[in-house]
Amino acid sequence: METSKTAFNWRKGVLTVLMFAVSILFLLPFIWMLVTSFKIEKDVFVYPIEWIPRHWHAIENYKEVWVGDYPFWKYYLNSVKIAVITTCISALFSSLAAYGFSKIKFKGSNFVFLIVLATYMVPSQAILIPQFILYRQIGLFDSHWGLIILSSFSVLGTFMLRQFFMGIHQEYIESAKIDGANHFRIFWSIAFPLVKPAVATYAILRFIWTWNDYQNPLIFLRTDSLFTIPLAMQKFTSLSGEFYSLIMAAAVSAILPLLIVFIIGQKSVIEGIALGGVKG
Amino acid sequence: METSPQVMGKLEKPRKVRSLQSGETLAGWLFVSPMLIGVCILVLLPIVATIVLSFADWNFVQGWKGIDWVGFGNFKKLFHDDQFIRSVRNNFIFLFAVPIYMIISMVLAVVIDRHVYLKSYFKVAYFMPYISSIVAVAIVWQVLFQPSFGPINQILHTLGVSNPPKWIADPKFALISIMMIVVWTSIGFNMIIYIAGLQSIPKDLYEAADIDGANGWTKFARITFPLLSPTSFFLLVTGIISTFKVFDIIAVMTQGGPIGSTSLMVWYLYDTAFVNLKVGYASSIAVMLFIFVLAITFGQWLAQKKWVNY
Repeated sequence: METSKTAFNWRKGVLTVLMFAVSILFLLPFIWMLVTSFKIEKDVFVYPIEWIPRHWHAIENYKEVWVGDYPFWKYYLNSVKIAVITTCISALFSSLAAYGFSKIKFKGSNFVFLIVLATYMVPSQAILIPQFILYRQIGLFDSHWGLIILSSFSVLGTFMLRQFFMGIHQEYIESAKIDGANHFRIFWSIAFPLVKPAVATYAILRFIWTWNDYQNPLIFLRTDSLFTIPLAMQKFTSLSGEFYSLIMAAAVSAILPLLIVFIIGQKSVIEGIALGGVKG
Repeated sequence: METSPQVMGKLEKPRKVRSLQSGETLAGWLFVSPMLIGVCILVLLPIVATIVLSFADWNFVQGWKGIDWVGFGNFKKLFHDDQFIRSVRNNFIFLFAVPIYMIISMVLAVVIDRHVYLKSYFKVAYFMPYISSIVAVAIVWQVLFQPSFGPINQILHTLGVSNPPKWIADPKFALISIMMIVVWTSIGFNMIIYIAGLQSIPKDLYEAADIDGANGWTKFARITFPLLSPTSFFLLVTGIISTFKVFDIIAVMTQGGPIGSTSLMVWYLYDTAFVNLKVGYASSIAVMLFIFVLAITFGQWLAQKKWVNY
């Protein structure tokens, strides 16, 4: 099959072209979305599809979305705030718990870990009602902190990071203990720096998931000014009705930050997903 | 603080082991407690509360005093509720999406891993739908699927299909349309996991097969496919469980319609609890959801022993 390593392999070349054609299928909706966001409304459904807009309206469309009647910049700030704080808290608590479960042998640890593991199987929708009642009772309903707390305790990070902490040789920990370091010092100065790349990967994924989260904001937010991007996106769609060029400009705006985060952290995201086999 | 038992332990030999042990236990609990407290309050407590509420007939607006305990009444009602039965059936139809995207992902992974140039381009391109906001994706597809002037049907018209389906507006096609989008968004994730699985297969197995004169298909059927079985199993488990959690795309695109054709259990639960405010009845749907997910997890755990080659 692989006859020579250096020369151009024809079979490989043909398959590359073929796969490229298939990959277009995956990108086409995004390309359509981007192109449509640059058009005037009248041209949106012109057929055959104009892949290069004849009448450019990009600046006007994006201006309308960002600073128009339903200004996206407000919801952007909400989303950034929630996603950043959630990511930080979640990464911290997950690393602490992952260290505790992997590097400290304590009574009951296996049992507690099993319980935490089991909660991962529970569909989040099945516990929404009690969460909703609880939030109304303790005043976290319709607040950003309520949302942040809700997604900060995802057990997924604990599993993912636990695998990486387990990879640290126990001798490091033991020798640090003999030198008189306690677990908090060992965690901060030895273990955490060693798993930093894995924590970064988890943080990128958590950021993406929090940014994209639709269900929790839908249920736990009521006030329009508190909305996150996915909610604002839907509200904007129902308000703009038939203005598809504006809707697509909003969609591009919603996806763009993720695309940037993903392209910057592309390698570690893909490797992290492959290693941890994680799913949001 | 933490070191004091250890220092003391050096002086008093017999107590050393015990105090070290209790120091470890304290440290262990301290490390896991932030996560554990959160999980207890936000997950474990609500699970218990859901089960309790499933035996009640209660509406949010009635306040605590309005709770009426009805025993298994909610469940009896559920088994005669057409909308619920339809949702369960739709959930089971939805399961077919899982093997479909797994097969496509496996084929793509095999080709991309060994037989193409520009590997990282392909990984990113196929992964795009996975990282994109599902709301944005759903809205784009809603427009693409638009029956009369949407691009998909216009292309079908040009290709000579005189009567293309109305997609999400047609009760017969709505569920399939949603499944197609889920297949489209899931391939990236599955493919990445398959590529990781492929990379752990020892290369010398293929070399040995080459020496024996095995062709491409034999190598796939005898080496690649069986050695990928742990990966496939993992993807099957997570994939099936995730079909029971599909919500966003339904909420944005169809709201369970037209005429209940895309209502899944989770959507019906949401609709019952947060639109119709029937908390007790919705809780009994949640309990049924638990039971399905538990049964599937348990069934797969049993099957794992039979099918998977480790």
